[in-house]
Amino acid sequence: MNTDVIDPGHLAGRDTESCLTKADALRDQLGSSLHDNLVAALYEEAAAIAEHATTQHGLRWSGFDQKIDRIVTSRWLGFPIMLALLTFVFWLTIKGANYPSAMIGDALFWLHDRLEAGMKAVGAPWWLTGFLVHGVYRGLAWVVAVMLPPMLIFFPIFTILEDLGYLPRVAFNLDRLFKSVGAHGKQSLTMAMGFGCNAAGVIACRVIDSPRERLIAIITNNFAPCNGRWPTLIMLASLFVAAALPPAYSALAAAGSVVGVTLFGALVMFAVSWGLSRTALKGEASTFTLELPPYRKPQILKTLYTSIIDRTLLVLWRAVVMAAPAGGLCWLLANLTFEGRSLMEIFSGWLNPFGHALGLDGVILLAYIVAIPANEIVVPTILMAYMSKGMMVELDSMAELKQVFVTHGWTPMTAVCLMLFSLLHNPCSTTIMTIFKETRSAKWTIVASLLPLIIAVIVCFAVASLWRMAAGH
Amino acid sequence: MGACGGCGSKCGKQRGVIRLGVDASRLDYLVALAGNPNTGKSTIFNALTGLKQHTGNWPGKTVTRAEGMFEHQRKRFKLIDLPGTYSLLSTTVDEEIARDFLLFGQPDVTIVVLDATCLERNLNLALQVVEITDRVVVCLNLMDEAQRKGICINDRRLSVDLGVPVVPCAARHKVGLDELVRTTHEIASGALTAHPRHVAANHGTMEAVDELVPMIQSMMPGMPSVRWVAMRLLEGDKRIRQALQTGELLQLAAALASRKVQQPQTLAQAKLVPA
Amino acid sequence: MDTLDDTERTLASLTPGEQGVVQGLSCEGLTRRRFLDLGLVPGTLVEVALRSPLGDPTAYLIRGSTIALRKDEANKISIRKAV
Ligand SMILES: Nc1nc2c(ncn2[C@@H]2O[C@H](COP(=O)(O)OP(=O)(O)OP(=O)(O)O)[C@@H](O)[C@H]2O)c(=O)[nH]1
Ligand SMILES: [Mg+2]
Repeated sequence: MNTDVIDPGHLAGRDTESCLTKADALRDQLGSSLHDNLVAALYEEAAAIAEHATTQHGLRWSGFDQKIDRIVTSRWLGFPIMLALLTFVFWLTIKGANYPSAMIGDALFWLHDRLEAGMKAVGAPWWLTGFLVHGVYRGLAWVVAVMLPPMLIFFPIFTILEDLGYLPRVAFNLDRLFKSVGAHGKQSLTMAMGFGCNAAGVIACRVIDSPRERLIAIITNNFAPCNGRWPTLIMLASLFVAAALPPAYSALAAAGSVVGVTLFGALVMFAVSWGLSRTALKGEASTFTLELPPYRKPQILKTLYTSIIDRTLLVLWRAVVMAAPAGGLCWLLANLTFEGRSLMEIFSGWLNPFGHALGLDGVILLAYIVAIPANEIVVPTILMAYMSKGMMVELDSMAELKQVFVTHGWTPMTAVCLMLFSLLHNPCSTTIMTIFKETRSAKWTIVASLLPLIIAVIVCFAVASLWRMAAGH
Repeated sequence: MGACGGCGSKCGKQRGVIRLGVDASRLDYLVALAGNPNTGKSTIFNALTGLKQHTGNWPGKTVTRAEGMFEHQRKRFKLIDLPGTYSLLSTTVDEEIARDFLLFGQPDVTIVVLDATCLERNLNLALQVVEITDRVVVCLNLMDEAQRKGICINDRRLSVDLGVPVVPCAARHKVGLDELVRTTHEIASGALTAHPRHVAANHGTMEAVDELVPMIQSMMPGMPSVRWVAMRLLEGDKRIRQALQTGELLQLAAALASRKVQQPQTLAQAKLVPA
Repeated sequence: MDTLDDTERTLASLTPGEQGVVQGLSCEGLTRRRFLDLGLVPGTLVEVALRSPLGDPTAYLIRGSTIALRKDEANKISIRKAV
């Protein structure tokens, strides 16, 4: 074959046009059934080939999957099983995280003291030790100690459920609810991905073909608490909710409250989806087809291994790039003074009235501003701010951690409002960037960023006001 | 898998593959992974490249295209993990991405990953892919699951019927992947050529196709998918129409035709020069 | 499956365990193409597998895989029931 004779430019014009005209004429003759015929022919051929190549031993279809499906999607058990599984995952996370948490905490703060001593030994000036050890290192250590342990348990379990094939069943069970708010049933899959990371959840929204339904899913993904928020929710639930109960029930109560918060997030997600599909994103429901794959045996050891390595690396990496600088910043804010007051005091003083109205305080709001790049540094920032003046307390138990909060005026109301704020507030900067990349629209990116913040403020304000009224303040 | 006979001798861990991750410093062949959702494409991708593309037991896990490299017999292969689709005819966004890559991305080989437990549905896509390109290897994945369900597949018969090589695999257990890579290499280098079976639609449609084919053939000699282009034009596919009008399709045909006469090595080098 | 019922009805009218054979689709555009891609061409045997806890959607066995469709969609698929 001689390729020299092909000259696209020369041939393009007339031949192309006559070819297209011919095609159009033929299409008119054939009528609209062309596509149907083609697909029918393809399937007929596929069936014949498959039949010719396949022999079936025993039963045509293993009924095992269907038996399980009858249970996990049954009218009476479908929803209770979903709730029970979610509760179980959190219960295991809370129970299991205590041990690594204590170990990691001990190790990191042992190193903290050595570093401090080392700096002293080499005669480093106080501000250098302060910035590097009390700022950068502490920020890093707090994030790792508070965030890593729950993640190491939550994610492997979640991945195992995913590998098992349970997620499409959840989508199957919940689709009716999504339909009633004008959204797509696969939105529950994107929310599930959002539990890992909202940026990943936003990208996962590509499984939804209809632009309208996809946009709804993108905007509401934030209401699925992510990687950076679970540990905050779990910690607050353990310290303030579970502590009120006898120890035997405390883990279950904590798990129950995290489930409660998650469900509230789902409720807000449905409400916002409903609102959007009634107003700015009005439109027809698109075709919903969802394949329920066979259940597969998860590769438990491999999953444990890879997700533990992955999560550890992820948390450590983010601790280095996000928490370490934030730690340094916190130290500077706490130690740079203006007219005798630290910048931290000044800024949080400004934010205090607003924070108070939301059931929070100025330091918490300041921490949220510092934490725009990464949700996981909120609690560590709050701790560093509270403890910036006094010496570092040895925090080897949850009780002491709680003591720090309580001495700064926290009540169960503060914990509840903070959980709600953490659940609802604006997405982190990575997610915002991803939303922009996926939607290519500044308008929708702004909506997706500010709408949650506004909702968070309204909800926290309402809860705090009602709580105070009920308590008679 | 002995019961099926198909892969008894082919079972074994990978030996001839060096995983290269994302190191795309030099490449000889471009290989695309296509198939229905949830058939194990990303699992194969990970096994061959050593990368960690997310896998999960639900259709639609992969939504973005991933690229990775591996080496086999001193040849470097770039592997593209495409999102899964049931078809290439509906022109939804992901189907168009997959189809455009198979056509305009000019992969040297397309591996179509089939779910052995659900052959009929998966063959529907395979039959569409072989209309677009004849450089196809079928990977019959999930053989372990098929065996457990008592489904036995005669892969030789399947290969004869389809006119393309078929390699039974169980990607999760790294079974059959060596053979898959070897066959892919053979198709890429031209040592093995496939002669895919084409589906005949009903009589009227085929007559119309037959009328168009000579016109298209004279415009783009050497194009492997003339029938497919004719079919697309008959259906009024806007993307293909446009590609014909802008000359994109003609350039593609020229590139594909020249690939056939050149040595694969020189072509691969030529491909590295920016167009 | 032995014989087919005489009256044509929609897929949505079947209950779990029942089977039907596709006769045609009463929708156009992307939805129609989607259905065809799933293998819902005339002559295809479909069995109702599962009903979601809230009554909608329903999962069907279509050419070897289990696929969930909403009621509105199943209503666009006309079948004849296998008796
Ligand atoms: N038993 C068995 N399971 C497999 C095999 N290959 C893949 N799997 C499992 O099948 C599921 C889907 O695998 P993926 O690699 O994510 O499939 P995919 O084709 O990339 O799917 P999409 O990205 O959704 O198109 C995963 O749970 C895998 O562990 C196999 O050979 N045997
Ligand atoms: Mg994939």
